Amino acid sequence: MNRWAPFEWIAAIRFLREGRAQTLFIVSGIAIGVAVIVFMSAMLTSLQGNFVTRTLSAQAHIQILPPDEIARPLRASSRGVVQAPVVQRPTQRLRSIDQWQTVVRQVRRRADVTIVSPTVSVSALALRGDASRSVSLTGIEPDAYYRIVALPDHIVAGTAHLTSEDILVGSVLAHDLGLLVGDRVTVVPASGPTRALIVGGIFDLGNKAANQRSAFVALRTAQTLANLVGGVTSIDINLRDMYAAEEVAAAVSASTGLKADSWIATNTQLFSTLSAQAMSFTTIRAFVALSVAFGIASMLSVCVIQRSKEIGILRAMGTSQHQVLRVFLVQGGLLGGVGAIVGTTVGSGALRVFHALVRLSDGGELFPFAMPLSLQILAVLLATVTGVLASALPALNAARLDPVVAIRG
Amino acid sequence: MDSLRAGSTREAVVQLDGVSKRYNEGLPSEVEVLHAIDLTLGRGEFVALMGPSGSGKSTLLNIIGLLDRPTSGLLFLNGRETGSLNDAALTQLRSENIGFVFQHHYLLPAFTAVENVMLPMLVHRTFPDDAMRERARALLTQMGLAEWADNPANALSGGQQQRVAIARALAMNPALVLADEPTGNLDTSSADAVFSLLRQANVESGTTFLMVTHNVDLARRCDRTVAVVDGRIVRTTATSLPSGVLT
Repeated sequence: MNRWAPFEWIAAIRFLREGRAQTLFIVSGIAIGVAVIVFMSAMLTSLQGNFVTRTLSAQAHIQILPPDEIARPLRASSRGVVQAPVVQRPTQRLRSIDQWQTVVRQVRRRADVTIVSPTVSVSALALRGDASRSVSLTGIEPDAYYRIVALPDHIVAGTAHLTSEDILVGSVLAHDLGLLVGDRVTVVPASGPTRALIVGGIFDLGNKAANQRSAFVALRTAQTLANLVGGVTSIDINLRDMYAAEEVAAAVSASTGLKADSWIATNTQLFSTLSAQAMSFTTIRAFVALSVAFGIASMLSVCVIQRSKEIGILRAMGTSQHQVLRVFLVQGGLLGGVGAIVGTTVGSGALRVFHALVRLSDGGELFPFAMPLSLQILAVLLATVTGVLASALPALNAARLDPVVAIRG
Repeated sequence: MDSLRAGSTREAVVQLDGVSKRYNEGLPSEVEVLHAIDLTLGRGEFVALMGPSGSGKSTLLNIIGLLDRPTSGLLFLNGRETGSLNDAALTQLRSENIGFVFQHHYLLPAFTAVENVMLPMLVHRTFPDDAMRERARALLTQMGLAEWADNPANALSGGQQQRVAIARALAMNPALVLADEPTGNLDTSSADAVFSLLRQANVESGTTFLMVTHNVDLARRCDRTVAVVDGRIVRTTATSLPSGVLT
């Protein structure tokens, strides 16, 4: 007997050890349940985090755009006169953000903003020989923009360095136009002067459409191509807390009078998918916890019946009802706790194997492996509490056993 | 009743005044199994309780052992009236004053012999210590089981297990030991050995014993025999047998 353990713990451990097979089965059951929860929790958290990271690897947290042009009827309605003019919807021309430098300065002053990067977007045709492809050109200030979209990490040939003569093209576009680093490509914008640019680098963003249609040039080059000298069409912003994007976007919009789209608003489908996933996982977790609780309760109920004589003897030799109650509560807690420790180990091991075996088509990891200690501790604590709660009814039954009846059997 | 009062001239450890026990009170199946029992057990007495099956011996033992409550009448243990005590207080009183030996030893198989003997002390004091273990070993040595002390309880023979149960009953050095047919399941020589150990403990520690038995020879070796028939004490005799009440 361990001299540091009180009677209740000694009795609980001995009872569990004596019913080895029963204990092993129930601990295995709990372990499997906890392993499933831990495995799914860690995997889904990592996957969801990865989805968000991937989404944000190609876009800013907030994008400030010029306000939409709206049509205003020139004829004002006079009082008492009903008019029903047909107002044609205006086209949205490529426009610069009015006073964009002021806006940039204003946004930079915000404590929750980390990066501000003005950009110019322009549609163009890329020509080489007889081949032509439509491209979406983005003019960037590389130092700021690369902190939002890590383009240098995706360069497969050449460099991400941009001068006013350079262009970075996607791998599919390079393939279609037969471009190599150092080759010249002619860019014909919808309105603006045609320019011949040199391919400085070829990137692979892991998305065929992006690799086919995206191209990056220096901000000044794009301003020339878009006929917006000195202007920018959008300002990209990254925040300290990406989940605060909605609130910050609203605040920026209110203070500047410009449109501010947060990444949350532009990816509503991703968010509803993630929340549906979280909801279904919570349901699964609740049912697994319930089945673990019922398993512990049923095992201890059987244990109380099997041990009724022993409980009677313990009561006869002076064990109080509270002590008997605690013996069974401790058993429930121990089953839950030990099962959870085994389950957490198995769950994290299974996740490690899954992470190593299941890969993306390019050999990259499906999600970054993460098994936070907080998750493991939480799983063990929750399972222990579940075990104690599940054992409450059998423990009460044991404590209420009439020793005379129990001994007589 | 005075003629039938089973009394003792010694200081009373247990005193029953008009103790009755009815089951299923208020129902058509109501039955009275003990009728106004008066009984006194003196300190250091070794009393045999005899009677046919169903006569109320075990019920009487359970009431004296504070495992059951009388329907009416008074029970004094060491001079303290027990009727007004709640379950927790009764449990405490039982733990400090009473040891039990049952016909079936009822050792806890999850524990070794010495640990079984330690259990009443552990229940009382919560944490195990060396003093408990030494006391348990001394008792097992007294029972001739020193070399079996660390064996699992269910690895011992029937006689050995019953001796462990006796050691367990004596662990708290109780004022009273209640033994319900402690030799009922043993062969003659084992029964004789177990009885001798009980008697020895009685003499050495001054513990009062009340032993239910059907064994006339063993009853003869007690200080006094109380005979119960149909819930009534029909005779109490010193060292000689009541006639016609034994099975």
